[in-house]
Parts: sequence; structure tokens; C-alpha cells
Amino acid sequence: MAKIPKPAELIQIDYKLPAKSWMETKADIRPGYYVNAASRKWVELVDYPYPRDWNVAEDDWKLPDNWKEIVLQGMEDRLERFRSLKLFFDICVRCGACADKCHFFLGTGDPKNMPVMRAELMRSVYRRYFKTAGKVLGELAGARDLTEDVLKEWFFYLHQCTICRRCSVFCPYGIDMAEMTLIGRELLSSVGLNIDWAMASVAQCYDRGSHIGATPQAFKDMIDFLAEENERITGISTPVPINKKGAEILFIVPSGDYFADPGTYTLMGYLLLFKYIGLDYTMSTYAAEGGNFGWFVSHEMGKRLNAKMYEEAKRLKVKWILGGECGHMWRVCNQYMPTWFAPVDFLEEPVSPITGTKFETAKLHKMVHISEFTADLFKHGKLKVDPQRNAHIKLTFHDSCNPARAMGLLEEPRYIINQVLPKENFFEMPPNTIREKTFCCGSSAGLNANENMDIRMLGGLPRANAVKYVAEKYGVNHLGCVCALDRATLPTLMQYWVPEVDVTGITEMVGNALIFDDEIERTTDLRDRDLVGFGEEAAEEEEAE
Amino acid sequence: MDFFKRHFLVPLIAVLALVAIAYIGVKANLEFVFGVVIPYLAVLIFFEGLIYRIISWARSPVPFKIPTTCAQVRTLPWFKRTIADKLDNPDTRLWTVARMALEVLAFRSLFRNIRSELRRDKDNPEKSRLVYWSYKWLWLGAIAFHYAFLVVILRHIRFFTQPVPHFVTALAEADGFVQFYVPTVYLTGVILVLAVTYLLARRIYTPTLRYLSLAADYFPLLLIISIGVSGILMRYFYKVDIAAVKQLAIGLATLKPVVPAGIGSIFYIHLFLVCVLFVYFPFSKLMHAPGVFFSPTRNLPGDNRWRLHVNPWNYPVKFPDYMHQEDHYREAMIEAGLPVEKEK
Repeated sequence: MAKIPKPAELIQIDYKLPAKSWMETKADIRPGYYVNAASRKWVELVDYPYPRDWNVAEDDWKLPDNWKEIVLQGMEDRLERFRSLKLFFDICVRCGACADKCHFFLGTGDPKNMPVMRAELMRSVYRRYFKTAGKVLGELAGARDLTEDVLKEWFFYLHQCTICRRCSVFCPYGIDMAEMTLIGRELLSSVGLNIDWAMASVAQCYDRGSHIGATPQAFKDMIDFLAEENERITGISTPVPINKKGAEILFIVPSGDYFADPGTYTLMGYLLLFKYIGLDYTMSTYAAEGGNFGWFVSHEMGKRLNAKMYEEAKRLKVKWILGGECGHMWRVCNQYMPTWFAPVDFLEEPVSPITGTKFETAKLHKMVHISEFTADLFKHGKLKVDPQRNAHIKLTFHDSCNPARAMGLLEEPRYIINQVLPKENFFEMPPNTIREKTFCCGSSAGLNANENMDIRMLGGLPRANAVKYVAEKYGVNHLGCVCALDRATLPTLMQYWVPEVDVTGITEMVGNALIFDDEIERTTDLRDRDLVGFGEEAAEEEEAE
Repeated sequence: MDFFKRHFLVPLIAVLALVAIAYIGVKANLEFVFGVVIPYLAVLIFFEGLIYRIISWARSPVPFKIPTTCAQVRTLPWFKRTIADKLDNPDTRLWTVARMALEVLAFRSLFRNIRSELRRDKDNPEKSRLVYWSYKWLWLGAIAFHYAFLVVILRHIRFFTQPVPHFVTALAEADGFVQFYVPTVYLTGVILVLAVTYLLARRIYTPTLRYLSLAADYFPLLLIISIGVSGILMRYFYKVDIAAVKQLAIGLATLKPVVPAGIGSIFYIHLFLVCVLFVYFPFSKLMHAPGVFFSPTRNLPGDNRWRLHVNPWNYPVKFPDYMHQEDHYREAMIEAGLPVEKEK
């Protein structure tokens, strides 16, 4: 963080356009804006093509000799397999409606970050090799040769897209840059151009169980530690069944929730909640990851990693799967998983063992989101909570891109918030920045590395800016979310732009508010922060009266 | 010549050249070519091209159900969904059709458009803010253009039919209800030209749009403006023999083409430009019209979790199974008290 410019410097965004055309402008691949090249060992570990040592900053990316044929062949193949790609290449009218919807464009002013332009970077190559007009007229038809510079430009800009789909909401034809980015990244990967942050996560998850590459025993250690923390703070013991055969429910969380703050507090919340309702569940050391970085590399890799969830559910003979607060986990589970692995006849249609609610809309893929599950518990009055325990939290809610725009999960978290937080403590950000119009954290899709901090802070500017608005207007001091990547990246973003705001998962607040019969007197929240109106402070007040 | 000039001037010159070609052609007595041969060819190419392109899209499968969900999905029954929710995140085929209808007929997504701006604070850059506001001009321009174009096309049916269907007469009457000129001025003709001019102007004057626009963006706009202008000129200023035009049109429609003499060059210019538009259509971005119906982010329901979508090229993938982990860490797992499949 030390190197990166101060907010005041970074916000000097220049929206003036370059005099030269985009075709003549080479990508300025500068430090702070790219993620490092994937190490050879990770690429080798997952058996992906052309593992090698290469460096983004150097001119020679050590491409295979026939890289051009591979990319073009790959493009042809995907045009045949994805109608979306062919259609999105063909029907864009360049109306510009998407242009100022992208957080990376708003944050950098770089015209190639307008979704329409980012797509043109690939579309121009499509025209040159697959369309008659482009073959004949060349540049005049918006076509250009696939050169190394163009490929590098793809690499640079396709890793300045977080697959958030905000552009798709506003496009009159629903053209989805995320879809093109995913496919573009597959093409890059086919010639060995991968980013380390994604590939390292993928390889470790593939080989071990989670992105962080934790061994089974380390996984257990981390979870046990958080359970002990629960006991220390609440007096409630929350032991966690791991790899337990025959449990009713397999619970899968993103690894961010057990290894890094503030995700860990969310995990403590899950454990308290499950203890409270006496849920028969298990976690798994093998399917120890909800987030799917594979999807940021290729559809194929996404499927490889995702496969572990059902495999483990089958092995452990659970009835259904409950999923934690994770953003792209839910996009992958929602939009790809049933198609990839159907039929899922080894699981049962999810039914809440506590309320008897049938999750009818999950009858095919047999997974339930923790927000749905918890909202249902509240609806049936199964949870006794004291919202005052969250009175120190003035909250605004960040709709994570993927649950919002690829699933439509908007109300559940809000419903829970209203149960566990004093009513007057919840404030929405401006309507153009929430729900389906929500802004990305700016660091998802494998971009939350350390070396690309400039672009992360710039990409997150629109989100931070909206948070700042409610922070100044209402004194908001917490940003809630149901995404582990958010919990990993937003604290950095907030620290940079809106230092007065902390980040919290929603289940953390649930855990905080739950009233157990045999709990010890609660004077702090799960983060050891003093509660407002509890403990010594409250006692003093009473004395004063 | 810089990028913008090249991409703007080339189509401009091309359209002017097309006008000249038609003009010269008629002066050289090639009325049969421009009045009969080219129109037939154009219609033929239009339909063939259209079908070809649509088949080419249809041949690529939709491997995944990827609707962009713009509202609350159907989950727990007590989360009541409004009609707006169902339209933006449809859960059944019927609502999906409704979503598409709204998209196609009312340009729903474009209606949602917002603009953003960085409000700079000179004294304290950290106070600079992004602000957003609803922006409907593009929607208005687009919808005015498309509906005006539709009405203009429908009005033209009167040239190809005898007797003229009632709805066409009624439409023309409604269109010309403001009578301030003889012959009656059709409002849609004027709106069409104004709207396209607006769409062209914003492309030229908005820096970002100028930056990203290609010849393929200017050409159809210039072509349609020319068609509109030539139509207006022909109707109100350089009048042509309307009876002769109708004779030609009916001849074309009934496949018994005749070329009446003395229609006037302006008519052939108009007709030729229309033919060019027909030919150009299937090979250009104008295919967004049929294309929007195929868009997988809009035309699929958000029912992923309860209705199966089949990927025709789905294939099994390789991944390490549970035993891969256990074999690797068995001893440590046992030591940590984790259950294992095999003790050794």
C-alpha cells in the first residue's frame, strides 16, 4: 500500500480521451494496474498448457510459436459453443449506454475500460478473421490483426474486468461483458497467459481443498480456534463437526471466512447460529471452498473445482448443501452447477429441519443460501435476538454483484438485517448504486492481489464513493455484505477512501444478537468491541441514576 | 486522416456516391435496373442474409442459463414479488416473454439508463464525488426513431396494395392529423429524420462515442437520413407522379413488374437507398433487431435452481477425488481427530 498514491492524487481522474485512435494506442501495461504472471508450478499442477516463467513487465512473454493459431482456433471453437459470444460480437450497436456503468471506467477514465470498448478489443479480431467485411476492408470495418500487442492488450484489460455484469443491466440487448471476459480469459489461458492470484488459488484449491491451500488439519485448527473464540466471548461452546458422515447438511463456506478478518467473525456467527438451532451439519476438509477461482480462468476449470461440492455431499451422504456468504460462489452454483452435474439424485430436496420449510426453488440443485435459511428461521420466530447488541453498528448494505445480478438475491439479507439491527441503524446507499445497479468492490475475479493496488482502489472508487455519501450523511460506520471476496477486499478499499467504515458479514451480526439461555453476560461483540449500553458502561449509567 | 474522420467521411462519401449512382443510372435510362432488378435482388439478399445469420446464431447452443437478474428472484414464498420484479427477473416462460416484450417494445433496459459525472472539488480533491442521475435522452431518441421508422414502413404499404388495407389508411390519417401544409405532413417522417439526426449528432459530439464509433455506425445513420430526406423531398418539394409510383410498386409486389415512364430521379434515388439498406441490413449491426430476441441474458427465466438447463456439449472433467486428499494427509488427519476412510 505504501507505494500507491494518496486518494487526493488518485482521484485526479482524467476523462479526456487520447488524440490517437484506440487501434493505434498500445496498452500501457504499468505497475499497479496488472496482476503478476502465474508461476509455472501452479500451471503445471493443474496441467494447463504452456507453463513457463514469464513476466508481465518484460517485453517477451515467451508465447508458444503457434500462439496465434491457438487463439484463433480457440475463438472459432467458442463461437460454435457459445451463442452468447457470437451474438454479443454481432449485435452491439455501440450506443454507449454501458460506457459509464463500469466501475473501472469511472475510476480510471481509460476509454478501453468502457465495456463496449473492452469488447471491441476482442471483436476487432473476430471481424478480421471471421467476417468478410473485416477481411476485405480491414481497419475501416473495425477489424485488426491479432498481434502480440493486441494479445497483451487483452490480457491487460480483461484483467480490469471483474465480471460484475453491471454493463449487462443497462445494455439494450443485454450484452454481457462478463461473458466475453470469461471467454477471453480462456483464450489467454490457452496460450499460458494466466494471472498468479487466480492460478495459485485454483491450483491449491484443486490439489488440497481451499484457495489458501490449507491442509485438512490446518483447516480444522482454524475452525476450532474460531469455535473457541465463540466460547470465550459468549460462553457458548460451538464445536464443529468436520467430515462427519451421515450429517443432514453439508455446510460450505468460502475460505475467506475461516482464515482472514473480518470473514472469521462471520464464520463465528454461522457456528453460533447452528449451535442455537441445533443443526445437524458438517463441514468438509475436501470441499472446503465455496469461492471458485477456477471460473476466472476457464469454464472448464470452474467446473473442476465446483465438482468437489457434490462429490463430497455424495461421500458424506448428506441430504443437501447449505452455502455460506459468498458472491461468485453463488453465481457459479446458481447459473452453472445444475447444468454441469445434473441429475443430482443423490441429494434430497432441501427442507429446513427447524421450520419444515421446503426450499422449493432449490429442488433441482439442492443448495440453499445461508441468507434464505436464516431469513426463514426469523420468519418462523425460531431465533431470539437482541438487536441492541448491534447498536454500535450503523450499517449500509452492499449488494454483491454476483448474488444480485446473477441470482436476484436482494431481499433476504435486508430482511435479516432488519431483525438483528435496531431499525434506525440501517441506511441504504443511493438507489443508483445498490440492488441490480450495485457497484463492484473492484477487486473480484482474481484481481485482489497486492501488486495491482492502483487499479483496485480506482475500480472500487464508485463503491467507496457511495459508502462515503452515507457515512457523511448518516454516520454509517459499517458496510455489510454477503460475499467473502467483499470481506477480503472492501476493508482495504474502505481504509483507503472511507477509513471510518468497517466491513461486516451479515451472519456476524446474527451471531452477535442471538440470545442463548446459558450464555455469559455479553459486554463485547464477536470482535471484542464494547457493546453500547451493556456491561460496565450500562452499570455505570445505572449507578448514576 | 485521423480515425474519426476516416470512419465518418468514408461512409458519408459512400452515401453520396450511392445517391450519384442512382441519379446517373436513371439519367442513363436504366429505370428497369433501378426500379425492378435491384429491388428484387435487394429483397432476396435481405431475406437470405437474415435467415443465414439467424441460423448461424441458432446453430451455436446456449450452454448455460445466464439471465441478468435485475430484481428479487423467486425464493421464499413470503418475499412478495411485484409485477416489476417478475418482469425484471422472470421465473416462468410467460414472464420471460413479458420481459422480452417490454425490452423490444419499450426498450426497458435503455429506459433504466443513468449518467454519471465526477463532481470535482478543486480545493479538496478528496471531496470530489461521483454523482448519478437518470438519463432518458438516448432512450427517447432511440424509441422515437424506431417507432417513427415502423410507422413510415407501414404507411408505405399503401403503395403496394390495392385496395389499401384499412389500418394503413387509418395510420396515415393519424400520422397526418396536424394539417399545416399541403400535402398533409406526416409527423413520423419528420420525427424519423430528427431522431436519426440526434443519434448521429450525439455520436459526433460526445467525445467517448466519437472515440468508439466506427464507419459501421455512421453509415447506417447517414443512409437512413438520406432515405428520410429523399422521401420528404419527393413528397413535399420535388413531387413525383404518385400514380406511376404506385403502378411500379404494385407491379413489383405482384411479380408483374412494369416501369412507368417519368417518375422522376428523386424517386429512384430514394428507392435505391432503401435497396442498399435492405442489402446492408443482414451483414451489419442492424441485426440487433432480430438479435435481441436471442440474447441469453434477457430471454431466459431465472429458474436455474428448479428447472434444468441442458448443455449439449457438457463433458466430464478431471479433478482429484477425496481420497487424493486423505492419502496425502492420512496420518495428520488421524492425529487431528478427523474421520478417515482407511486407517492405513
